[in-house]
Amino acid sequence: MYRTMRTIRAFEERLHAEFADGAIPGAVHLYAGQEAIAAGVCSVLGAEDYVASTHRGHGHAIAKGCDVTAMMLEIYGKAGGVCGGKGGSMHIADFGRGMLGANGVAAGGVPLSAGAALSAKVRGTDQVSVAFVGDGGANQGAFAETLVLARVWNLPVVFVVEDNGYAQATGTRFHLDSRDVAPRAEAVGIPATVVDGYDVRAVRAAAAEAVERARAGGGPSLVDCKAFRFFGHMEGWDQQGYRGAGEVEQLRATHDCLVLHRDHLLAESEATEAELTAVDTEVAALIDTAVAAAVAAPEPDLSELLTDVYAPV
Amino acid sequence: MTRVLSYLQAVGEALDQQMGLDPTVVVFGEDNIGGTGCDGTLGHAWGPTQGLHERYPDRVFDAPITEAAFVGAAVGAAATGLRPVADLLFIDFAGVAFDQILNQAAKLRYMAAGRAGAPLVLRAMWGTGMRRGAQHSQALYPLFAHIPGLKVVLPSSPADAKGLMAAAIQDPDPVVFFEHKMLYFTQGEVPEDPYVTPLGQAATVRAGRDCTVVALGRMVHVALEAAAELSAAGIECEVVDPRTISPLDTETIYASVRRTGHLVVVDEANPRCGAAADIAAQVAEHAFDALRGPVRMVTAPHTPTPFSPVLEDAYAPSAGQVVAAVRSTVPYAEQERAS
Repeated sequence: MYRTMRTIRAFEERLHAEFADGAIPGAVHLYAGQEAIAAGVCSVLGAEDYVASTHRGHGHAIAKGCDVTAMMLEIYGKAGGVCGGKGGSMHIADFGRGMLGANGVAAGGVPLSAGAALSAKVRGTDQVSVAFVGDGGANQGAFAETLVLARVWNLPVVFVVEDNGYAQATGTRFHLDSRDVAPRAEAVGIPATVVDGYDVRAVRAAAAEAVERARAGGGPSLVDCKAFRFFGHMEGWDQQGYRGAGEVEQLRATHDCLVLHRDHLLAESEATEAELTAVDTEVAALIDTAVAAAVAAPEPDLSELLTDVYAPV
Repeated sequence: MTRVLSYLQAVGEALDQQMGLDPTVVVFGEDNIGGTGCDGTLGHAWGPTQGLHERYPDRVFDAPITEAAFVGAAVGAAATGLRPVADLLFIDFAGVAFDQILNQAAKLRYMAAGRAGAPLVLRAMWGTGMRRGAQHSQALYPLFAHIPGLKVVLPSSPADAKGLMAAAIQDPDPVVFFEHKMLYFTQGEVPEDPYVTPLGQAATVRAGRDCTVVALGRMVHVALEAAAELSAAGIECEVVDPRTISPLDTETIYASVRRTGHLVVVDEANPRCGAAADIAAQVAEHAFDALRGPVRMVTAPHTPTPFSPVLEDAYAPSAGQVVAAVRSTVPYAEQERAS
């Protein structure tokens, strides 16, 4: 899990810098700060299990095992990207890895996740489907409807709410009235837990219980994770003026999930400083390689504009 | 062997046969079993899925009234190995689920550069004539045909309803399947064995030399009625039923216009940015040299559908309007010949 978290952090911090340099087109929504959720949840999933993601999807893709270089190429809009440069940051999908896609619509992926769970059930596999959704997406009708459908159809799906405090710039103090999302699931008969999203072990434990329930035919669950994001809603656009003075710095100092996990691993003697530093070094090299490949990769051929609207005849 | 079936029975037979042929086909929507948790099996509001649940108990589901969720679930299921047929009941309810249709189903293949797709069918009733008012009567197919990635099917006969449904289920892309509720009980000869009517192939349902009439959905029957009346007056119309409006078989339309020199498009949808306007524009763009008179469109007016029987009857295009439109364009050729 440490390697996954470190990879996501390095990927996102590098994207932040590259975007600031003008190297990356379009809209990029960074996940840094929330790594414990993607890493904790995906650590209990197998390669065949599914995840449907959000705007802020890089972390889920990395945690689900997508190729980091192919993701970087995609974000640069280059040929050879994981979606051939036709998806971009907000639409990274890799069905071969069970990654059903980041989504440009808040809660847009939640019903898809229920469909993947239905598919697993009808095909008679023991696959589980996870729907990631933000605190903002949790207000969408599609989310509320899918809770009902998943309960009624008893689907093997886990709803993971990533409550990072803001729906774009609107705080949960306003848009959730400072409440948790969990009781909304309980209201339709879905068991739900509220979890410290800074603690990867706590997330993993809650996810393990929910995934086990789904795999055993026990139906849907919801895990409501509290976290925060380092960067603004979207790169370039958002200077986070809506956050309190010093809020980000304070949270970074005390609630950095990666630092907390690293400290835990050292305190419990589960890893040595040298081992963790070696991981950091390997990950840094991986990200350097991915960026270099993305910069060097060719643009998509213009003929690609008109392909893949329909399946080839 | 061919028997006479209703349009509705033909749809039901296609669902049954395709479920039998392919174990990944699943069918769901409100009341698709009907009576889940109660007694009885309704089989959709009007019965086309009756008996399916008994034959395929693990592949037919009732859904709660959660269009966004179950249409989205169809997309997710389609992308992960099933071929779902989701039933919206009335196409008017697509608004509730439109994100899942417009942003998820339609764009999946493109955004994934062909590495994924959503082979699903969205069934829906449409059309005027049943006194259902503005929220249960719309002809919304132009809205869907506008969106790349969706295929849009409009059967006008029982035989086509069966063959096109089979094609829609077997198609690798998302298909919106428009079933006109005023055609549900029309009868027609339908082959018993499974067969596929390819998407994107128009049918010339009546041959004629004087004017091409392209008619959509129920308007095929209105156009045929007009053609019979005009024939008695010596004007022979060729009636073309595109059967699918996305993809649209423009070649058959252009070829017909090249033979007749005239075009009337009959469409129950609203006229602005609509299917008739699109067909007229494409002919003007690609077969203008063949035209010997103005293109005419006969459509509903640009208003919502009224409830009152008197008003609703005036709303949908009539055979009389089609006759007038043909008579208003064909004389241009006669004048040309005379001069």
